[in-house]
Amino acid sequence: MIEALSYDFVQNALIAGVLVSISIGIIGALVVVNRMVFLAGGIAHSSYGGIGLAIYFGIPMALSTSLFAVASALLISWLSIYHKNRIDSFIGLIWAVGMAIGIVLVDLSPGYHGDLMSYLFGSIMAVSHSDIWIMTILLITILLFVHIFYREILAISYDSEYASLRGIKSHLFYTLILVLSALSVVVAIKVVGLILVIAMMTIPTFIAEKLSKSLYMMMILSALFAFVFTMLGLILSYIFDLTSGATIILTSAFGMGVYGVISYIKSRI
Amino acid sequence: MSSKVIEINNVNFSYGKQKALLNITFDVKEHQFTAVIGPNGGGKSTLVKLMLGLLEPNSGSVKILNMQPKNAREFVGYVPQYIDVNLDFPITVLDVVMMGNKKEHLKESISIFKRLFPIKYSDIEIKCAYSTLQKVGMQDYIDRKIGDLSGGQRQRVMIARALCSHPKLLILDEPTSNIDPQGQKEIFELLKELNRDLTIFVVSHDLAVVSEYAQKIIYINREAFVHDLGNDTLGATSKSNGHFCQVEMMQMLKGLKR
Repeated sequence: MIEALSYDFVQNALIAGVLVSISIGIIGALVVVNRMVFLAGGIAHSSYGGIGLAIYFGIPMALSTSLFAVASALLISWLSIYHKNRIDSFIGLIWAVGMAIGIVLVDLSPGYHGDLMSYLFGSIMAVSHSDIWIMTILLITILLFVHIFYREILAISYDSEYASLRGIKSHLFYTLILVLSALSVVVAIKVVGLILVIAMMTIPTFIAEKLSKSLYMMMILSALFAFVFTMLGLILSYIFDLTSGATIILTSAFGMGVYGVISYIKSRI
Repeated sequence: MSSKVIEINNVNFSYGKQKALLNITFDVKEHQFTAVIGPNGGGKSTLVKLMLGLLEPNSGSVKILNMQPKNAREFVGYVPQYIDVNLDFPITVLDVVMMGNKKEHLKESISIFKRLFPIKYSDIEIKCAYSTLQKVGMQDYIDRKIGDLSGGQRQRVMIARALCSHPKLLILDEPTSNIDPQGQKEIFELLKELNRDLTIFVVSHDLAVVSEYAQKIIYINREAFVHDLGNDTLGATSKSNGHFCQVEMMQMLKGLKR
């Protein structure tokens, strides 16, 4: 295990795990308290369209997926603000159409397209130096955003109508949270894949919410749990030669189960 | 003679083709305790949204403190209707009350220095929140998680949030829905006490409760009928079908007396 740390790709995987788990932990907390889980799911799955675009047109994967995910986030934000009553139908549509675009474009592209399963379920060992830089920039952006605008984010998350009455631009902050969650999804594709990313966003957040008295504490705990589950999942996947993304999610689910048992016992004492 | 805090003049409002309010006219004077009652879907919440400037009337005028509703917001405290509350939301009573802080305080809180420590409230802010919570008897709960409080206690905190900006008018939309009868009575007793310093405008579905406290009752079912309990005068303000509203109102009041 220790000698594995000397390999460049293992070091990159660990750094990526740290960066992505903290980003996803923080953004996951905002997604959950704003009840955007289904919206984030729609963005995550539709971003497969970006993967298809990258393969078909030969453009960089990170750029194409980011643009596609942000476009989906903007569309979903607009729909959830102005067509709230039918938002679940629209999300279902964007979710499926995004994936379908990706699949059709891959079909139309000539030649070998690499291991497409890695986009669905993650391939953390394939993280490059440029990926690390993108992850670092995103984490810094998220940290600055939630720290500087903490009061506004708290106000719109708790009661957006009241926040608007107090002069806070609720729709703007709502859209920014969705855009940042879209970008977080894109970087998390390398670690857990686009199908599993929602579990990574919600499981640590679920435990953190129960243990927190403030949103700030929830974001810190959520990032911490996501970090611990990711590292444990990576170690287990290395030892047992398993797919890293799926192992990370199962480790998180096990952690959630342990938390459930502990809180049940505590409530009975 | 006390000045008018709310002036609603011939207001009409429709959601698409569906008419929600028809020729609504009434006014509320300073320090008056006014209650709006009526059936669900009768236009009570639409009226509140017009008064807050969240909606614009199709015709007629809405004036709050002689201003357009949007411009009067900093003088208005608002307690919204809570149907869907996330009790797990990690937020303390102090955080909730601080959301109602006055604009000047908000400006202070977004100065560059404050931006570096947005989760820390200044001593002035905490003092302001504490004194507001004292008014509603919730000062001992300042650090408690809002989800751990009872429905009545939560509603007191929401009233404290609305009072934080020292408003002249307090608008409450169904403040006692999902609260037990004792809790309802306590909330209305609190509003009666607050009424000494500010004008109260409360939307409720419970005529029996509000008639004990309100000096003016407005019955709304698309049209409005005003019953001023101060001088016991009855007058239909809706021109088109005022008689219908008047009959409904009289029936409700008669039922109450029995």
